[in-house]
Amino acid sequence: MGHKIKEQVQKLLEEKRIKGFLGLRELEGHILPHLFCNPQELESLSLGDWKKAGDARYPLNQILIQLATKYPQETFAVLVRGCDERGLRELFKWNQLAEEKVVPIGVGCPDELAKACECEKPFPDCLIDGLKGEGARSQRVHRVDGMDLDARLDFWLGEFKRCIKCFGCRNVCPMCFCNECSLEEELLVGKGEIPPDNPTFHLVRAMHMVGRCIDCGLCEEACPADIPLRTLYKKIAEIVNEEFGYKTGYNVGEKSPFNVIEVK
Amino acid sequence: MEFQTVLTTCPYCGCGCGLLLEVLDGKVIGTLPSKTSPVNEGRLCVKGWTVHEFIMSPSRLTRPLVRRDEVLKGTSWEEALDLSAKRLKEIKEKYGPDSIAVLTSAKCTNEENYLLQKFTRAVLGTNNIDHCARL
Repeated sequence: MGHKIKEQVQKLLEEKRIKGFLGLRELEGHILPHLFCNPQELESLSLGDWKKAGDARYPLNQILIQLATKYPQETFAVLVRGCDERGLRELFKWNQLAEEKVVPIGVGCPDELAKACECEKPFPDCLIDGLKGEGARSQRVHRVDGMDLDARLDFWLGEFKRCIKCFGCRNVCPMCFCNECSLEEELLVGKGEIPPDNPTFHLVRAMHMVGRCIDCGLCEEACPADIPLRTLYKKIAEIVNEEFGYKTGYNVGEKSPFNVIEVK
Repeated sequence: MEFQTVLTTCPYCGCGCGLLLEVLDGKVIGTLPSKTSPVNEGRLCVKGWTVHEFIMSPSRLTRPLVRRDEVLKGTSWEEALDLSAKRLKEIKEKYGPDSIAVLTSAKCTNEENYLLQKFTRAVLGTNNIDHCARL
């Protein structure tokens, strides 16, 4: 897998249609994000599979925002899975990236990864390589929903209690792009206190994932305390869908109900 | 334009978490935990996540400082080392080796820490050496 991507990127680079391709490379046994500007480098291309499928994924869209901010005139290609593509669509809607300056290079996720993620759509529409796999319904949300209200509250308070306030969930999030963060607002989250206010800290972040979270799961992977953040944000997505009829990042052209300013 | 991520080890404590520094045009702009590091497996603490901030900080010390008339002033390594050696010698002769204590750091390498304890015990002549991780 990967040779179709290499071919496509090589073509884009040779035709000078892109300045570089933001993807992953394998170097000395490690997998790292890399900006490929030269077709020869593509030898070392990786799709983020290390010991198992998709265990070395990185927030490439977050890096892309930094590149595009410094070089707004340049066009970049970027490696995207289903979740990353949903992320790009939202980032376009929120004016964090210019659609005409981004060429998504799509890879479908192997079944093993799609199942582990309980991903609803484990492939991007711009699929070039990999599987167009089947989506799965989330069992983890179902399990928590099965608890009665008291048990559910105890469950979440118990999970949040382990938080060491590393800010990893926010830092790794490709959809966290605010210049000012509520988690650093002293009135909401006390400075220098560990563990942070329970459940304020995590619910503040959860509220801010409304219409933003594209279910990539990087937050949960970055959590040193194994807090099931993905379950929490999957539930948020479910509520957003029920209440607003909006599925974050799924439909091109559909406006986000969370950044529409109505002028009367 | 050049962007790359550089794999390195977190300098904050002795755990040795692997992290990636995001380098754009020679400037460190961000930190990511290394997913392929067996130590931290894609996780970091709050200090590790902000390593890039101190690397580029203008208040970072880049040369030794010597206190003169209550004020710290920049100086050469030679002067700083000569002054330290002279004063340590004077103190050792006047008050004895146990009047000196050495505090070393998790930010140093194993080898540097070994050297410092050797220096403390064999040259200064005291067992008064400890490590910041025990504070």
